Amino acid sequence: MIDLPAPKPDVMARRDEILAGLQAVLPGDGIIVEPARVKPYETDGLSAYRQPPLAVALPRTTEEVAAILAFCHRNGVRVVPRGAGTSLSGGALPLADSVVLGLMRMNRILEVDYANRLAVVEAGVTNLGITNHVAADGFFYAPDPSSQLACMIGGNVNMNSGGAHCLKYGVTANNLLGLKGVTIEGEVFEVGGRHLDAAGYDWLGLLTGSEGQLAVITEVTVRILHAAEGQRAMLAAFRANEVAGQAVDAIIASGIIPVALEFMDRPAIHACEAFAGAGYPLDAEAMLIIEVEGSTEEQDMLLGRLKEICERFDPISLKVAETAEQSLAIWKGRKGAFGAVGRISPDYLCMDGTIPTGQLPFVLKRIGEMSASYGLQVANIFHAGDGNLHPLIMFDANDPKSFHDAEQFGADILTLCVEVGGCLTGEHGVGVEKRDLMTVQFTPFELDQMRALKTAFDPEWLLNPAKVFPLKDNPGLRQAA
Amino acid sequence: MSETLAPADEAGVSAAVAAAAAAGEPLAIEGRGTKRGLLRPVQAARTLSLRRLSGITLYRPQELILSALAGTPVPEIEAALAERGQQVIAEPPVLAAIFGGSEPPTLGGLVATNLSGPRRITAGAMRDHVMGIRAVNGLGEVFRSGGRVLKNVTGLDLCKLLTGAHGTLGVITEVTLKVLPAAERSGTLAVTVPDLATGVRALSAGLGSPYGVSGAALLPGEAPRAVLRIEEFAESVAYRLGRLREALGRFGDVALIEDAGSRELWRGIREAEPLGADAEDAVWRVSVEPTAGPGVVAAAGLPRALLDWGGGLVWLAGPATAESHRRVMAAARAAGGSFTLFRAPEPLRAALPVLPEEGPVLAGLRDRIRTVMDPRGILNPGRMYAG
Repeated sequence: MIDLPAPKPDVMARRDEILAGLQAVLPGDGIIVEPARVKPYETDGLSAYRQPPLAVALPRTTEEVAAILAFCHRNGVRVVPRGAGTSLSGGALPLADSVVLGLMRMNRILEVDYANRLAVVEAGVTNLGITNHVAADGFFYAPDPSSQLACMIGGNVNMNSGGAHCLKYGVTANNLLGLKGVTIEGEVFEVGGRHLDAAGYDWLGLLTGSEGQLAVITEVTVRILHAAEGQRAMLAAFRANEVAGQAVDAIIASGIIPVALEFMDRPAIHACEAFAGAGYPLDAEAMLIIEVEGSTEEQDMLLGRLKEICERFDPISLKVAETAEQSLAIWKGRKGAFGAVGRISPDYLCMDGTIPTGQLPFVLKRIGEMSASYGLQVANIFHAGDGNLHPLIMFDANDPKSFHDAEQFGADILTLCVEVGGCLTGEHGVGVEKRDLMTVQFTPFELDQMRALKTAFDPEWLLNPAKVFPLKDNPGLRQAA
Repeated sequence: MSETLAPADEAGVSAAVAAAAAAGEPLAIEGRGTKRGLLRPVQAARTLSLRRLSGITLYRPQELILSALAGTPVPEIEAALAERGQQVIAEPPVLAAIFGGSEPPTLGGLVATNLSGPRRITAGAMRDHVMGIRAVNGLGEVFRSGGRVLKNVTGLDLCKLLTGAHGTLGVITEVTLKVLPAAERSGTLAVTVPDLATGVRALSAGLGSPYGVSGAALLPGEAPRAVLRIEEFAESVAYRLGRLREALGRFGDVALIEDAGSRELWRGIREAEPLGADAEDAVWRVSVEPTAGPGVVAAAGLPRALLDWGGGLVWLAGPATAESHRRVMAAARAAGGSFTLFRAPEPLRAALPVLPEEGPVLAGLRDRIRTVMDPRGILNPGRMYAG
């Protein structure tokens, strides 16, 4: 179980005064305090944890965000920034004494500039909303986290979100030009702009992935790209994880960087097949979905080369899509993976570590052993090109022991990821979920230095507290105690 | 000439910095000093050179990962990558034409200055491919950020904070880069255009196409040429150049530059050779939104210019005077962009803001961050900003 810090007594004692103050800052419908209306904000994508906040503020402009932050800063009130609340690591989990600062009303696309290939959007615009807005003109916004229908660009920036296609197109940090943000003191600032590589410190890079620890982002200038002429997938299934891993190595060594290179292990193949009936080979130990882009002739050329490579590894099954429909059929199972696992288990934890790709067979073997020892099923989905592993641990939330074991199993997997040279999180963020594991990856000094940088932005540790850094030795929470 | 410390390993770097911190004596941080003329001169009695921390420490071609010590010459890294058909993605320049000298640049220097070449427009900057870093802060304490995997959002991204910080926040001792396969073939279309604005429109048409243009520069002159590069498998280069040619015909006459010629052309653009800077010239790099590039050239009114990154990277060269600099600053500001005084005589660099001033919020944060990373203010003091 993850501990949350005790509420600040002075804030709880002044609750009514603080709520009245918030309402004065944001009159009308901007502040929500009724328990029934606050309830939807009590959790996020890590729904095992729930905590209603003091209030929810829903500003419509950067100026309103600044006013709320200035008020909270003056009154020592903690602030939890929130987009759509899709974080799988509990990045938007409230505290009892916090104000949730929801950016969802800031949902305007302010400008699209095709000649300069950029869009300026407010933080509450959804990821897919950007692509949908420019798709008719052939453009798209590249990072594509699987929650892209709901998740918001402000959250993507704070988590440095990835997706299945980032092997080719990069993660959020690689697709941004500028940000507008507000400090905890309520001061508005802009970093980057409409150009590449602004001189000076890389504020854009530091803020991206900072999980709401440093500032609140209200406006984002993203790069938009013209989509490729088309894309098509193939499926290759193998007798062993090692063999599939060797095929991945051979693909990369050939000089082809597929736009997506997804790996599923046997439990994932079975779960997805039972759910989607996508025609996945049930006798395989491991399966790859490989997608390429370009004109039809270019797709043929690349898929031909990939087929040749896969054939060297004695595949059980090899299916190259001939049409866009066949391509969708290959993706159908993979895209339904979460639903598929949800059907065989009442609850699951979606983990997110990264490993050196060469370690995949060893890591999957160890995860298999852990699964047997905990008595919990696990299915593994892996962005094979970049080493990002997503084990889905199945458990029963109504059984406290099952939940406790699932969390411990997850922590063991992430510890293993670090031991083999990888990291705790590839794209979901640390949040509350992996907070206390940070000591596995970082030395006490490295954590202290990061905490000092956080303090440089947020001296009283009011922004998104109890996340990212272990609760122990957390200066902001020590002050409060 | 100041005294140079050249420790043999990271522990030696740590000890040297700790001693300097204890004594309150500033250090000039460098690899082989190839870019010593960049930004403001550092006033330090001692130089800390990373040149002896040299060598590739990890290379996994199948994992697209390479680690090397900070003093490793970049050509050594490029040669090791080339053996396995791979490359440094951001196409970083050597800049011998700008800074002179025959020493090779080092990996640490490249990362500290975040210099990227033509491929930056589509493939990202150096900062986008720094996956991990080891460094020593201003008290001599060793720390890491990132790692040796391609996807990592664990903790604050100090790799990005240190990349482009010009050695003012930490002494980089080792870097892990994401690398990628080098393309099988290169090909370029050169469009002769009536003016720079039309040239940028041609570049925008190429960059806004589905063909993956990996270089988009504009060579000024009486008959400016917009050049657009495709790097791909041989079949794709032929196909994409064909389609692109149809799209570009409306901007001017289109000529094809095949593989070897294309590689040589872009090597030159990477090194800013077409800028044709005179030995006495000051040199600026201005970054703006691409369509603003021609306006910056006009407003700066300097004799020499070269545009890369679709028009958004403007190289300028002209008389090394405060008046030239004022015009460049005004032009960059009017376009909402950023500038770097890239080369100038030392007195000029010492007297002028070589980078844009940041607003009060960022300037305050900058001071506080420097206090965290280098509380004694001994790492390259004055390199980026006066005071």
